Amino acid sequence: MSKHIPVVEKILSANDRLALENQARLDSVNVLAINVMASPGAGKTSLIERTIKALEGRVRIGMINGDIATSFDASRARAAGAVAVQINTGGDCHLDAVMVQSALAQLDLEALDLVIIENVGNLVCPADFKLGTHKSVLVASIPEGDDKPYKYPGMYRGVDVVVINKIDLLPYVPFRMDFFKKGIEVLNPGVRQFELSCQTGTGLPDWLDWLERQVKDHRAT
Amino acid sequence: MHELAVTESILEIAVRHAKDHNARRITDLYLVLGQWSSILDDSVQFYWDLISEGTTAKGATLHFRRVPVSLACEDCGTEYEPGSEEFTCPNCGGSHVRVVTGEEFQLEAIDIEE
Repeated sequence: MSKHIPVVEKILSANDRLALENQARLDSVNVLAINVMASPGAGKTSLIERTIKALEGRVRIGMINGDIATSFDASRARAAGAVAVQINTGGDCHLDAVMVQSALAQLDLEALDLVIIENVGNLVCPADFKLGTHKSVLVASIPEGDDKPYKYPGMYRGVDVVVINKIDLLPYVPFRMDFFKKGIEVLNPGVRQFELSCQTGTGLPDWLDWLERQVKDHRAT
Repeated sequence: MHELAVTESILEIAVRHAKDHNARRITDLYLVLGQWSSILDDSVQFYWDLISEGTTAKGATLHFRRVPVSLACEDCGTEYEPGSEEFTCPNCGGSHVRVVTGEEFQLEAIDIEE
């Protein structure tokens, strides 16, 4: 006999459950974790590098880097003074909660305050896979163009922070900041935004202050 | 681009629910995909044929229901479908909006044979 069975289950619920376990693991040692996402070339690694250097001696940072086939970015993080674990996704377009779980196991979390996870450069897939981080950060950049919120709404919907990088290039490329921000405002009202340049350092202090405060608040809870 | 992972997840959920109902076979799966969820039905179908082999879901038909994006303006109450480069309310120009539909990404139901 044939029978119709209602299911109504989110397709990625297994990943979501594992993400919650990752967060519980981090919370058990009062470590804050952030998931940094962006398209390739937006400046994720540069932002992380600047952040690690600037917070050295104040915030103990571990880094998890998802890269398709190289460990170049993890080397840069190590050179800047952080403990780094590399996940070679072997062609996968995103990190998922399983990969992060095994990477967390390789870090001495008790000796850290902050874990920065650098996701695979991609504006589509990482949005669907929760990792268990406390904050999601999207790095946008001026040369990518001002239409990105409209083309990748899923990515802009789910983040806590938008960092607008490479603002030193504003005089040289057509970029309507109003149009860009209007898209973000609709998709993600009140989302925290930082305009900065990793190249010149403009705007970085606000981002660093915010991040350091998040780490402190998290440790206090 | 991650349709393999997604398809594996669909299979896992379907087989689990079928087992709960002592199903001999799964014949149909009903999926709901919002326009703002980034999944391609063709790729899911491609992987489905490969990975459902040898399971109770082998040969089952996948039905995709695509849900368009619908936004509701919190200021004036208008419900509308956003344009490709214009998300604000067409009636009052407001940007306080709520996503009503378009982000679904679920397995809604399955048909089984007992």
